[in-house]
Amino acid sequence: MLRLCRIKKDWKEFKLRNISLDVKSGEYFILLGPSGSGKTLLLEVIAGIHKPDEGKIYLDGEDITEKPPEKRNIAYVPQNYALFPHLSVYENISYGLKLRKLDKKEIDEIVKNLAHSLGISHLLHRKPITLSGGEQQRVAIARALAIKPKILLLDEPFSNLDVGTRSKLIRDMKRWHEEFKFTAIHVTHSFDEAMSLGERVGVMIDGRIEEVGNLKEVFSTPKNVKVAEFLGYNILYGEKIKDLKLSFDSKYVVIKPEDISISEDGIEAIVEHVELLKFSANVILNVNGLKLKALTTVDEILKNNIEVGSKVFVRIRNFFTAGDSASTFTTNVCKESVNS
Amino acid sequence: MRRDVDIIFAVLGSFLLLYIAIPIIFLILKQCFDFETLLQILSDEEVLNSLKNTFLTSAITTLIALIFGVPLGYILARWDFMYKSLVQGIVDVPIVIPHSVVGIMLLVTFSNAILDNYLGIISAMLFVSASFTINSARDGFLSVDRKLEYVARTLGAGKLKTFLTISLPLALPSIVSGAIMTFARAISEVGAILVVAYYPKTAQILVIEYFQNFGLKYSMPISVVLILLSLTIFVTLRYVFRRLC
Repeated sequence: MLRLCRIKKDWKEFKLRNISLDVKSGEYFILLGPSGSGKTLLLEVIAGIHKPDEGKIYLDGEDITEKPPEKRNIAYVPQNYALFPHLSVYENISYGLKLRKLDKKEIDEIVKNLAHSLGISHLLHRKPITLSGGEQQRVAIARALAIKPKILLLDEPFSNLDVGTRSKLIRDMKRWHEEFKFTAIHVTHSFDEAMSLGERVGVMIDGRIEEVGNLKEVFSTPKNVKVAEFLGYNILYGEKIKDLKLSFDSKYVVIKPEDISISEDGIEAIVEHVELLKFSANVILNVNGLKLKALTTVDEILKNNIEVGSKVFVRIRNFFTAGDSASTFTTNVCKESVNS
Repeated sequence: MRRDVDIIFAVLGSFLLLYIAIPIIFLILKQCFDFETLLQILSDEEVLNSLKNTFLTSAITTLIALIFGVPLGYILARWDFMYKSLVQGIVDVPIVIPHSVVGIMLLVTFSNAILDNYLGIISAMLFVSASFTINSARDGFLSVDRKLEYVARTLGAGKLKTFLTISLPLALPSIVSGAIMTFARAISEVGAILVVAYYPKTAQILVIEYFQNFGLKYSMPISVVLILLSLTIFVTLRYVFRRLC
């Protein structure tokens, strides 16, 4: 339904490099990447706020590259929600409907139905400044959904919220997605958010989409070494692979921290750093000068008396290989669009 | 110890405050003892006409400054272009030029077209006062989050609609306070008007003329009336507008 084809854009300190992407109708697509990777810029290019320097955007088969934002029917919820401060919640939600010249009754019905579904009926007469972060978020989503957009663009929608509000909104978002059946592109830097919401994910690093695919697959076995690095996995290359006695003939070997276990025997390592979290613990190990991140439990750390300087043995339960070029999907997407 | 600092700051701060307030109070108080001349002046048709001229021309000046200044302020806030700092510099120039020189420049440029007529008064006022509206409008638009405009666009508003429904209402407090400054600056302009358009006589010119011809006694009442009118207008405008926002 949405197809980006070789999008290039240079804007301020941000860059989009040759981005091609397909988003299917009705799907909840996650665009994951570190801050500064150009995710927001990509959303704003899709919305039509910025014109790409090169490349094409297709929506339902139609080339919309030159269309202004008001003609695209793509709704955008920025990170700060951008509620109109001089308008009431009701006027915010009805803003797009009024422009569509619907009659008052119709507008009233849509606004009230949406407000009911999103649980903000009691806020309609209030000004945005009096709302909490979570309430503002709901209003922003209601305002976007009111126009029945072809795509809903969400920029870090949960990043300004406290943990409780966030997990409630994530559950609600899933429900709304089912209820309203919108197509969404959700930008985030949080794996947790991605995991709990997404179906497919595109990982964006430094202005490039490095990998696209099923969320669980991309997370468990990334094919691209940059993605693996962003996910926090151990990357080994060259001589270092031999150090670990892994016999594999590939440029890169990826080991997930949770696949490195501290055990009775195996490879000797020195503990360099221990970071205790609520349930889990991050440990940095030094194997012959090679630093490895391992993930274990707090219980394990306490039981085995592991502290900085301890000598331990590690086992590698699992590993896989990765390449360093953007996967081939990019060229595939663009070929198709040329044909269609 | 901190209390001492507070007191020193308060004392230092009151100096300028008193320096501004005392002459105004003095002028008004002194006039109270000479009510007769005040009434005499107030019934003088020349005086009434001059007051009408002053406020009429100032109001028109403000209107013109708004019509042309708001779009310029928007451009300065939103666009990036070559020589933008030059444009900004030009906007600020009138503030640093002596006003008699402004009069000379205008006269050299437009000669008879503005000599001794309403257009002359308005051109002089506009030159020295438009910067306030332009700069306040610019600051007002700068304070409007661009994302608000982006969202309005995606919701279906064209550029002009976005400007009218989002940017302008949000920048309005700043624009109005700029317009009030322009109005005030126009009323207080003397130097350029003196050179360009001595006639039709404005109140501020009449103050000088009466002072030179009849002395303090007769220039004082017009000054009092001018001050009371200006203060009333500004206080009311600011008050009304603050209530509206």
